[in-house]
Amino acid sequence: MNNGIKLRIIKNSIFKILVILVSFILVIPLFLIFFYIFKMGISSINIDFLINLPKPVGETGGGVSNAIIGTFMLIILSSIVSVPLGIAAGVFLSENRSSKLAGITSSCIEIIQGVPSIVIGIIAYVWVVKPMGSFTALSGSIALAIIMLPVIVKSTEETLILIPHSLKEAALSLGVPYYKVIIRVILPSGLSGILTGILLSLARISGETAPLLFTAFGNPFMNLNLLKPVNSLPLLIFNYAASPYPEWHSIAWGASFVLIALVLVLNLTAKGIARKWKVQF
Amino acid sequence: MIIKTFQKSGILFSLFFLLMLSCGQQTQETKKEGVIQKPKTDASQISLMGAGATFPHPLYSKMFDEYHNQFKVKINYQAIGSGGGIKQLIEKTVDFGGTDAPMKEEDIKKAGAEIVHIPICMGAVVLTYNLEGNPELKLSPEVIADIFLGKIKKWDDKKIKELNPSVKLPSKEIVVVHRSDGSGTTYIFSDYLAKISEEWKSKVGAGTSLKWPCGLGAKGNPGVAGLIKQTPNSIGYVELIYALSNNMTYAIVKNKAGKDIKPTMESVTKSANITIPEDTKVSLTNTEAEEGYPISGLTWLIVYKEQKYGNRDKAVATEMTKMFLWMIKDGQKYCEPLHYAPLSEETAKKAEKIITSLTYNGEKILP
Amino acid sequence: MISDRIFRYFLYCSAIIVVLLLVSIFITLLNDSMLSIRHFGIGFVTSKEWDPVKNDLGSFPFLIGTLLTSFLALAITMPFSLGIAIFLGEFYREGFVSTFLKTVIELLAGVPSVIYGFWGLFILVPIIREFQVKFHVTPYGVGIFTSSVILAIMIIPYSASIIREVITLVPNDIKEAAYSLGATQYEVIRYIVIPNSLSGIFAGFLLSLGRALGETMAVTMVIGNSNFIPTSIFSPANTMASVIANEFTEATTDLYLSSLIQIALILFIVTMIINMIGKFVIRKLGYSDKSKKKMK
Repeated sequence: MNNGIKLRIIKNSIFKILVILVSFILVIPLFLIFFYIFKMGISSINIDFLINLPKPVGETGGGVSNAIIGTFMLIILSSIVSVPLGIAAGVFLSENRSSKLAGITSSCIEIIQGVPSIVIGIIAYVWVVKPMGSFTALSGSIALAIIMLPVIVKSTEETLILIPHSLKEAALSLGVPYYKVIIRVILPSGLSGILTGILLSLARISGETAPLLFTAFGNPFMNLNLLKPVNSLPLLIFNYAASPYPEWHSIAWGASFVLIALVLVLNLTAKGIARKWKVQF
Repeated sequence: MIIKTFQKSGILFSLFFLLMLSCGQQTQETKKEGVIQKPKTDASQISLMGAGATFPHPLYSKMFDEYHNQFKVKINYQAIGSGGGIKQLIEKTVDFGGTDAPMKEEDIKKAGAEIVHIPICMGAVVLTYNLEGNPELKLSPEVIADIFLGKIKKWDDKKIKELNPSVKLPSKEIVVVHRSDGSGTTYIFSDYLAKISEEWKSKVGAGTSLKWPCGLGAKGNPGVAGLIKQTPNSIGYVELIYALSNNMTYAIVKNKAGKDIKPTMESVTKSANITIPEDTKVSLTNTEAEEGYPISGLTWLIVYKEQKYGNRDKAVATEMTKMFLWMIKDGQKYCEPLHYAPLSEETAKKAEKIITSLTYNGEKILP
Repeated sequence: MISDRIFRYFLYCSAIIVVLLLVSIFITLLNDSMLSIRHFGIGFVTSKEWDPVKNDLGSFPFLIGTLLTSFLALAITMPFSLGIAIFLGEFYREGFVSTFLKTVIELLAGVPSVIYGFWGLFILVPIIREFQVKFHVTPYGVGIFTSSVILAIMIIPYSASIIREVITLVPNDIKEAAYSLGATQYEVIRYIVIPNSLSGIFAGFLLSLGRALGETMAVTMVIGNSNFIPTSIFSPANTMASVIANEFTEATTDLYLSSLIQIALILFIVTMIINMIGKFVIRKLGYSDKSKKKMK
């Protein structure tokens, strides 16, 4: 009997140790990834790296300014499209929860969220690149917009559902028109949640490569024209990583460092906002 | 019918995006209009888009960088492989394509208009390998074909030993590395193999992308060079410059005349010592030239002969034609430092003839 | 009121646009792959040949490549994500250690896939090659195993966080009842928590599988891009997503392009079905977001 209990306790401890061990093994790859990116990236990063254009093979001192600007351009363009549409759809879902259309819409959103990003790239190619006859920043940002849309819709819906009905009813009973209630009362009170969602979706799309391969295409020059191809950080990393030139590899490490920093800042800001201005009632 | 409607709705959806964008981007739009009204001579506003072969990418990136410094025209060349260059030109998503394999008649037919090939430089495909001690190997056409057919499996195979009696070869499996994407480098190489090996011709054939009998695929010349560099006991084929810039060893190959030829710029240029046709679409592999390296080829830029299509500006066409001319004249001086063989005089003359034959709305672009 | 009407109409439209978007995606894929569907029929998914020169295109090798990498990744993921979920959901729900581990997971989830691929190519591939040399396997370095490891690292955060949520939903009274009978923590987890959340765990793995199937960049960079049916887990292969990434811009013939789009269509349908089953299981169990918030 006594032995049985001992055995069980031992079993318990072994299990617990195993679980802890397994959990902390995960820290190793994270550490390795960050360690290498930091180690290799930091040495290639300086002011020139951030403000120069890439140089042809064999010349040193190239930078990635075009890719940085391109990344920002792409994510800003896609948010111009996706943020209003996403918020509107999110409001619709939270306002008409029982309607049939809402059910269909939210399943559609879930499916779109699961579509592999490379498929979205093909879609943007067929819809935009082919009819327009050129690779454009626009087509890239449309692909990214489709990817970020579900994240915004869901976060908006989930935030707005938390806002009590009484708030809306109080505003309506004062004679405020419906649209004003939504814009002036409901949306502001859920602002932090929506903002968090937007930032998270930005973090997600700023690292996307697959949909840009045959839409934004890449460009060795600085480009601000929507109707021309544009470079972006993930695209540049992909192209340079496959090259045999050590100078290009170090540029790719540097670009990875910049990209990770960007994604981290976006994620941390999102988390900070979520924590500081939590939707509470 | 319904399908068409939905297709349209997809395009409509994009248009809706466009509309929203144009609201948000009004300032930029007006700026762009301003650009169009500016005098057309301002070359700094013109940018050209090209895509295709990775084979000459380092040379093009150098040439286009210099051209941009001198003439302010921005040329964006993306190395996506020759197959891609041809396809994107047919789709008219680029101003010019780059290819190492002359376009097939059916592809030109698909484009629906005449396409001309402008030779820019010559290159060689070398067999590069990763063996301990980096010995210099001699290979015969037969051995090359057998390795890539997967028939010679180990480095210390009798056939390789016979050719290289002084080299100590390891008893390790050969890792064959080839291109995973459609490429002109593959075309030149497989064109060569098809000429020298009946078995290759019937089993695999020549083309920009193939069904490989064995081996690993890597994307682009850089990818193959990178993979070989990282994989011990591997062999693959890359453009000469990629082997040189990586300090990789490459093989000496027996040519048609039976001579062991080391791939150098000289032996590559010599491979063109045959009569070149007017359209310059010629295969130089397994060349008759006695001193010529057998796996060499021309690389071309491809464009539509009639430049007025879509809503193309005459200024764009003119700048592009000027650039082509510069590439085969002043630009040639950048070939040698980057280990590309410059065009022979005869080929350059033919190229110039082709460039001056380009038209805009039926009229010759350059006098 | 007219402005109210417009506003409601606007909201309604936005929802319609979302639905239309999905339908148009599907129709576009279907329409553009029609050529290859008509030409190859069912043979497209069963034929082993992928020969663009002869226009002889079969996607079987990519199906196998995709399934192998994804399931292998899932197998690697399982112990880790279960362990982490139990760690965070049962052992240390709060406190410094759990915050630390949660941050690690969030950071891992935030790393873009191209960086995973880049890192894999330069750090992981040489390590795996060393192993292959030791075990006398052809030292490709790249291949199915390497991609699965990278994929596993990428999906652990996802599956772990779903499973954690699922196991925290197991009612406390059952657990407390078991504890009061003298059960150890191990026994509670083994006999109460896991059986009670089994379907949720299943859904968690299913959803991560859906993610692994469609992952493109990291896989493309380390899988070796070989269009043959892999012979071992170390051999190079191609997945559906990676073959599209590699060959889409250079598909010269219409049939070739159409076949690539058909691969995209298959990928779209498969991930859609997997995601729908996963979400359905989660919703049916009442683990949906709404009930989660209610419980808090």
